[in-house]
Amino acid sequence: MKKLINDAGSVVADALTGLAAAHPALRVDVEAGVVWRADAPRAGKVALVSGGGSGHEPLHAGFVGYGMLDAACPGEIFTSPVPDQVVAATERVDGGAGVLHVIKNYTGDVMNFELAAELCAEQGVAVASVLVDDDVAVQDSLYTAGRRGTGATLFVEKIAGALAEAGAPLAEATRMAGAVAARSRSFGIALTSCTVPAAGKPTFDLPETEVELGIGIHGEPGRSRAPLASARDLAAVAMDAVHGDLPLAGDLLVMVNGMGGTPLIELYVAFAEVEAYIRGKGARVARSLVGNYVTSLDMQGFSITVCQLDEELTDLWDAPVQTPSLRWGR
Amino acid sequence: MDVTFFTAWIQEIIRVLAINRDRLTRLDAAIGDADHGTNLDRGFTSVRQAMSDTPPDTPGQLLTLVGNTLIRRVGGASGPLYGSLFRQLGKSLGDAQEVSLDDLAAAFATALESVTRLGKAAEGDKTMVDALAPAARALCSAARDGLKPGEALDRAAAAAAEGAEATIPLQARKGRASYLGPRSVGHEDPGAASSALIVSAMHP
Repeated sequence: MKKLINDAGSVVADALTGLAAAHPALRVDVEAGVVWRADAPRAGKVALVSGGGSGHEPLHAGFVGYGMLDAACPGEIFTSPVPDQVVAATERVDGGAGVLHVIKNYTGDVMNFELAAELCAEQGVAVASVLVDDDVAVQDSLYTAGRRGTGATLFVEKIAGALAEAGAPLAEATRMAGAVAARSRSFGIALTSCTVPAAGKPTFDLPETEVELGIGIHGEPGRSRAPLASARDLAAVAMDAVHGDLPLAGDLLVMVNGMGGTPLIELYVAFAEVEAYIRGKGARVARSLVGNYVTSLDMQGFSITVCQLDEELTDLWDAPVQTPSLRWGR
Repeated sequence: MDVTFFTAWIQEIIRVLAINRDRLTRLDAAIGDADHGTNLDRGFTSVRQAMSDTPPDTPGQLLTLVGNTLIRRVGGASGPLYGSLFRQLGKSLGDAQEVSLDDLAAAFATALESVTRLGKAAEGDKTMVDALAPAARALCSAARDGLKPGEALDRAAAAAAEGAEATIPLQARKGRASYLGPRSVGHEDPGAASSALIVSAMHP
């Protein structure tokens, strides 16, 4: 393992120290594991709090700022935050109008946020939550944990964040967050495994000639393995899965997301194929994002997330945002 | 069984988890995200600190302290699940200075219930419940049959180990391994493996 770290046990704390040094508009409590906006709490504004394991940077701390999240609580690498962290984040940004928790559908995230919400309610903070579960690679049934939450988390945070910034009440921001999650679908493909620093070696072995289809964002293996193919064919596999679940139509918001180890040039190669695929189905890429946004440490690979837009969603997506890793219009 | 017995149990858990940290993480890498051993080791290292900061007087106090510390330190699914297991054990044992095998068996059954409720898992889902449930049953039947604590705990340990091993051919229906579908077959569940270690550490 070759990594730019001091110590495998202090990676998250050391990274938060760097984040604080690089972004004066943020406040960071390394001990408590909380990142929040310097101007929070804002009286009367609904606050958005998200969190999850570290290793997905810039998700979530990189999206704290104007028009998006008010606070993030990063857990250990690939491990959800503990309830204390979520409570600390919630209390720091509550401006009296309530707090929306954005939760990715993983057993650990759900349980820790639920415990935290109970503690917050005891202290009189109004907390609502939205569960993001966009990953079509995962079978959803009564007998499983349900679909994973992956790339759509960014869409939910941006669009609901814009609404909250505009002064919407908690119920309205929660409804919008749920609507974005319901209209979004994702599929991911890995070309290599990632290496968790504390584990010290790649999570899974993947031969040079093969890819993992239907991965999540924690270096867990995917649904199946397939021979390496062209970007066109791999994009088609992902898009077939997305289209098969929620037929592509009308105006779409499309993200081609790198998993942390794939160069931008390859992501643009993939984006060209995705755009052509969508056009071929009679739909249109109205808004797009290409880059490393919801990563899995140093994994090579990509995921595609699609959201069906309407006028309101498009306006909220276009609304100004100013965070370390997403910034426009302001 | 008094607070000394339960303190020895927790100290043995800390020792055994440190030794098995890499094995648990390897099991987790096969069907999860390669952090189970590291997380539990981190949590129980904090437990050691908490125990020396405020040495508990009763078994109930001790186990509640362990549970609260795990919830505050571990994160993921194993933090709340193991945290509520130990908290419920502590709550059920109450203020008693001395715990009988009957008390322990009853407390274990209640603690298992709170874990299954929180994790919404049943036996056969390929989770820690597959090791904890047979252990709870073994304790109950040993108490009913009037066995000595040592023998009862041996049976519980054997039942938990068998339960963990029996997760190998199962397809996961809960937790992160469930996302792999049929590909989770053929691997021991890391949560069941750590549960077996925790139960086995309870030797008098």
